[in-house]
Amino acid sequence: MAELKLKNVEKAYGEVKVLSNINLDIKTGELIVFVGPSGCGKSTLLRMIAGLEKITGGDFTIDGERMNEVPPAQRGIAMVFQSYALYPHMTVRDNMSFALKIAKKSQPEIDAAVAKAAKILQLEPYLDRLPKALSGGQRQRVAIGRSIVRDPKVYLFDEPLSNLDAALRVATRLEIAQLKESMPNSTMIYVTHDQVEAMTLATRIVVLAGGGISQVGTPLELYERPQNEFVAQFIGSPAMNLMAGEVIETGAQTRVRLANGGEAVSSVPTLAADMGLKVNIGVRPEDLVATTGPAIFTGEVEITEALGEVTLLYFRRNGGDAQVVAKLPGIHNDVRHTTVALGADPSKVHLFAKGISLLYR
Amino acid sequence: MSPALQGLITIIIGVGGCVGYFYFSNLFLDKVLFPASGPNAGRNINRAGMIRPWLFLAPALIALTVYLAYPVVETLRLSLTQRVPGGGYVWVGFDNYRKMSGEPKFWEALRNNMLWLIVVPAMSTAFGLLAAQLSDRIRWGNLAKSLIFMPMAISFVGAAVIWKLVYDTRPVDQEQIGVLNAVWLAFEGGPMSVLFLKIVPSLGLIAFAAAVGLIAWVFVRPMLKARDQVGGGTIPLRLLVAVAALWLIYMSLRSVIGLAGADLPYGVPQTWLTIPFWNSFFLMIVLVWIQTGFAMVILSAALRGVPEDTIEAAIVDGANPFQIFFKIKVPQIMGTIVVVWTTITIVVLKVFDIVFAMSNGQWETQVLANYMYDKLFRANDWGVGSASAMVIMLLVTPILIWNVYNARKEMR
Ligand SMILES: Nc1ncnc2c1ncn2[C@@H]1O[C@H](COP(=O)(O)OP(=O)(O)O)[C@@H](O)[C@H]1O
Ligand SMILES: [Mg+2]
Repeated sequence: MAELKLKNVEKAYGEVKVLSNINLDIKTGELIVFVGPSGCGKSTLLRMIAGLEKITGGDFTIDGERMNEVPPAQRGIAMVFQSYALYPHMTVRDNMSFALKIAKKSQPEIDAAVAKAAKILQLEPYLDRLPKALSGGQRQRVAIGRSIVRDPKVYLFDEPLSNLDAALRVATRLEIAQLKESMPNSTMIYVTHDQVEAMTLATRIVVLAGGGISQVGTPLELYERPQNEFVAQFIGSPAMNLMAGEVIETGAQTRVRLANGGEAVSSVPTLAADMGLKVNIGVRPEDLVATTGPAIFTGEVEITEALGEVTLLYFRRNGGDAQVVAKLPGIHNDVRHTTVALGADPSKVHLFAKGISLLYR
Repeated sequence: MSPALQGLITIIIGVGGCVGYFYFSNLFLDKVLFPASGPNAGRNINRAGMIRPWLFLAPALIALTVYLAYPVVETLRLSLTQRVPGGGYVWVGFDNYRKMSGEPKFWEALRNNMLWLIVVPAMSTAFGLLAAQLSDRIRWGNLAKSLIFMPMAISFVGAAVIWKLVYDTRPVDQEQIGVLNAVWLAFEGGPMSVLFLKIVPSLGLIAFAAAVGLIAWVFVRPMLKARDQVGGGTIPLRLLVAVAALWLIYMSLRSVIGLAGADLPYGVPQTWLTIPFWNSFFLMIVLVWIQTGFAMVILSAALRGVPEDTIEAAIVDGANPFQIFFKIKVPQIMGTIVVVWTTITIVVLKVFDIVFAMSNGQWETQVLANYMYDKLFRANDWGVGSASAMVIMLLVTPILIWNVYNARKEMR
């Protein structure tokens, strides 16, 4: 049981505000992922929740109890660090039992907790080894085990997979998902800059950018209904195509004439007053399809990247236009240097005015 | 010519000579002996490459041979011979050692050396660690560190002179110039004197005994618990620590009792350096004063090397500052602590200047190095003098090897 509430939380280093206006409600059993570009303050926010970083404004409560000044150990949290932060002079067993020893738990209790965690994480053969005799993935598991033994209300992970190689990262990601599955009542907060991790693990994602929260939502919400251009481009790979244009028909469907000469229809409704509004349309590469009818975009394919199940088409850029990318199923290396016309289903065409989605006006 | 100018010229000639040697010998090797041109260019480059390390090592090797290896062998020879009147030597086997072991002054020196060996490295390392930790996070920490480090720049003799003034004694009717006596005379036997001279030192001694007991407990406990297997090789070491600890505890508790009953001579200036047993400690303080700076600088760097996130992990785990220091930081820099400790130990085993300048081994303050000097250059007994030199070397060598071993382990 753990409900976390952040109200107008902010963080300033001296004069410099790195985070402000953070409002967030986290419910029991959620796995919340903080995602955002490097330096946007994900770690800082996590460390404020952990109590390692002072909260310089606003209120933070766990289960209704104000935590701003409570020392880390009494917040009922456990943290897994990016570098694992194992105690190098202690065996795996001692690493895992340290917190319990500090809390003056009885030896049988400690042994039971360590044995249980070791079993979950398959660390039993390594209990008497020092961290330096473990592989990266094993160290990672010890770090997680150190959290599990304390049976915290909230687990905090700071980029736990970023020091692992690609294959191990996928495997460990799955393990974390399974771990969460086995502990449905624990709340987890997970920091990453990797949107795939965010999409696959999260019950809800918090996108951080520019010192604040850009959008909070389930992975699908973020993918299907991004609140602003930043989220639209941050979630999904390759990033969503944005093209400038002007509204020429309003109503249940909106028609936009694009600066590149194309025309797009979006199922986002608009009001009569929106006529002539300068907008950016957004279409994900995977939503673009070759068309013979009216095209959103027509251009020459400059480079193709065949990935097997899909092919990425990169179009030649015209002056200062943004790069347009399309993702077509199958292998299409033959379209290189040909001119292709692209369209999209109206329900897949997003509209943004001044960076904000028209859906969320 | 002024000595300063002479020193400067010596430095210039010395450094210039070294640079010149390396530069010109290298030039000679490459251009004259095995030029990297002509028909044999490739072979010449290989040969020059083989010779170059020896060329550069030569000065150091020669110096080590002449000033280190040869004296060791010669001292060993001298320790087994005796000069005969009128010139020449006779082989006497271990006679010198036998003679030396019959002298109480030698045993006194050996005993004092052992005392120095326990007290000085322990105190220097402990104070250094304390200073390193405490000065780390405060704004004027660097100033404090500079001040604590400064005695390192003073020669042992200079330090001895400074502290001799601190311990200086003047007749009762004159003003005391020694700080220690000035402080001493401020106590007149009232309640304050009891507090500062009996209660506070007693508490200090009891705290020391408790700390020693704690350390011993840490060493002994794993042997009592069945679950932790103890490497068989460490058992003698653990027992040794336990015995030494018991002795130290006994000594300190006995001192507490002695202090309680002691009738302190208030109002009478003391000649500190003539008080047996304690005067050795007054001498040790000088070396501790010097070596604390060294320990602090090295340990401070090591403490900074402790990964910040292991400390944060410990904070999240609920450790308090003391637990973080003793259970997270200190174990992680244990290797460095051992290196600092053994390095100071070696300095201590060779301690000479301080004793020579302050008491010259009188009043039961003799140490081995000064004993050797006494025999060798004052009594002109080269046999016994060399024998005591060999004893010092025998004591230093194992610690030196251990020190180098640990230092290398640290660097890996
Ligand atoms: N101690 C500090 N003093 C000043 N600025 C800091 C400090 N720590 C972090 N910052 C700034 O806070 C911002 C957020 O950092 P961080 O939370 O580490 O980002 P990330 O999202 O990559 O984890 C960065 O711009 C960083 O420069
Ligand atoms: Mg970070």
